[in-house]
Amino acid sequence: MPAPAQRRIIFQHIDEPGYTNDIGCYVRNGGYEVLKKAVGRKPEELIDEVKKSGLRGRGGAGFPCGVKWGLVDRKSGKPIYLIVNADESEPGTFKDRYIMHQDPHQLIEGTMISCFANNVKQAYIYIRGEMPHGARILEKAIAEARAANFVGPNILGTGYSCEIFVHRGAGAYICGEETGLIESLEGKRANPRIKPPYFPAVLGLYQCPTIVNNVETLCHVKYIAEHGGEAYSKIGTPGNTGTRIFCVSGHVQRPGYYEFPAGTITMGQLLNEVCGGPLPGRTFKAVIPGGSSAKILRFGERFKGKRKVGAEMLDYDWGVEDVPMDFDSLGMIGTMGGSGGVIVMDDTVNMVEALANINAFYSHESCGQCTPCREGSLWMKKISSRMVHGLARPEDAALLKSVADQIPGRTICAFGEACSWPTQSFIAKFGDEFKQYSETKKTAKPEGAHELV
Amino acid sequence: MNLKPETLSKIDEVITHYPTKRSAMLPLLHLIQEDIGYLPEDTSEWIAAKLDLQPINVLEVITFYPMFRQKPIGRRHVKVCRTLSCALLGGYKTCAAFEKEFHTHLGEVSPDGEVTVDFVECLASCGTAPVVMIDDELHEKVDVAKAKQLSDQIRAEAKQR
Ligand SMILES: Cc1cc2nc3c(=O)[nH]c(=O)nc-3n(C[C@H](O)[C@H](O)[C@H](O)COP(=O)(O)O)c2cc1C
Ligand code: SF4
Ligand code: FES
Repeated sequence: MPAPAQRRIIFQHIDEPGYTNDIGCYVRNGGYEVLKKAVGRKPEELIDEVKKSGLRGRGGAGFPCGVKWGLVDRKSGKPIYLIVNADESEPGTFKDRYIMHQDPHQLIEGTMISCFANNVKQAYIYIRGEMPHGARILEKAIAEARAANFVGPNILGTGYSCEIFVHRGAGAYICGEETGLIESLEGKRANPRIKPPYFPAVLGLYQCPTIVNNVETLCHVKYIAEHGGEAYSKIGTPGNTGTRIFCVSGHVQRPGYYEFPAGTITMGQLLNEVCGGPLPGRTFKAVIPGGSSAKILRFGERFKGKRKVGAEMLDYDWGVEDVPMDFDSLGMIGTMGGSGGVIVMDDTVNMVEALANINAFYSHESCGQCTPCREGSLWMKKISSRMVHGLARPEDAALLKSVADQIPGRTICAFGEACSWPTQSFIAKFGDEFKQYSETKKTAKPEGAHELV
Repeated sequence: MNLKPETLSKIDEVITHYPTKRSAMLPLLHLIQEDIGYLPEDTSEWIAAKLDLQPINVLEVITFYPMFRQKPIGRRHVKVCRTLSCALLGGYKTCAAFEKEFHTHLGEVSPDGEVTVDFVECLASCGTAPVVMIDDELHEKVDVAKAKQLSDQIRAEAKQR
């Protein structure tokens, strides 16, 4: 079956010739009309539209946005904060970058609509430190929006006031985790908070109710406010509504970002047709479908089971290529859609070396609060990098697995899972390669293979 | 601490963005590092006094975040992405090329004082791997040839100073 056509609702203007990131260009393209209408509606109506839309968060967990907004404590009498999670640091993910650099007003409009809907008077955009230009672009865009009375006091004469400030991170991945982000915004180390009791919706920034949403999620809110929740829910598939942006990197002919109605494209269509297939003379070996912490898939493996299609339960028997790229299907086969970062590896890649690269990332980024995560991620790195640079033993696979198995469920935040899933899944799917690695090392590397660690 | 007047006025402005002064920690550290090039020893005392905190509250933040440094680096900072998507397309070779061009090693100041080459983690531009940031500028698809070209450019700019 040929791949469906792209449908760019969030990336509509990305890379469009002549499209600039100033407010003039945005307004010429219909910008801020949705905000103007939204501030004339009841906030509850807007929240209802988001609930009806079925929108799921695009930051990684896929949590329904309307449900998240519904959990906000509105009776506490404390101010409600909104934080835009622009930390974009899950390896393999590169979508928020383009929104912020090329179409910042789309984000600001979505943010203001979300603030109005939730009676938020102060929002912060937490942008990763390595995007200094992005931060300046957003600051300029906010100043422009303030001058046009879309941000700041008495917005469009409604009596409603709301400020947005940009806050820069400083190179720590854990600031993407929402409670780590909140600590960081409070001026501390980004040590995530334990939930319960510190659910941001109740005890977030400055112990006040707080909404944390990803950049892309808030752009979807703008679209929903414009077209209605019902219309939005008809894009994509039930349970996986709207569009999904896939960031494809690694060993394909045409890496890049592609936006499709959710659940309408399979892995095979995405990689072979949209991205042009493997590099010349190579074949696909493995793919990580949702950012580096998602469990790896091995080309050639099959997934069987029953799934719900409409009211019926149907059998499925999929190869990696057949899997629809939505949250639920990817979840069903034991991995996740996560942040949409698809990392492709071909037959030149040795899995021990690829894992050693990933493990180095996680051991560098653990915040260090929980012993299983801090020590476990370090040991997984040490063992896998010793295998590559020193002695590799057949029993290392079991050792790595035993370290990884002791982390999940025993930590304060989901980083514990994120750092153990790569090791667990690489060993489950490519165990032979780990056992044979001491022999593999004696032979020449395949042509075109790169050093990975 | 000897900060430029613009830095001092930006510091006073940014503190007003937050209901608690402590939240201005990261912005202040960025502003001081941008002004001086690194965070000198008296940074903790200075910020602590400014934000009504203890120096340890500042020091623990400086040591947590990879972007903050307590020692000077070369005049230019070359940051090569080390993470998987970049490595799959030759990021390690790119890094080695920069080290060779400037006769230096990771994390050290080159003998001419011009650059410090560092590895950093995923820069959220994996689709144009391998990527490198030179100071605030992102460079995409930096293979060995492009690394050499960028190195020449750095040297040419150094001569003009
Ligand atoms: C270790 C870790 C890293 C994360 N990094 C990011 C990130 O870089 N960007 C992001 O939007 N969400 C990230 N998240 C998810 C956030 O915690 C949070 O769920 C998300 O921002 C909520 O927004 P959404 O509901 O709009 O997706 C991360 C989560 C974890 C556990
Ligand atoms: S799981 Fe890891 S990153 Fe998360 S709080 Fe614990 S030590 Fe920190
Ligand atoms: S892996 Fe290098 S930019 Fe993401």
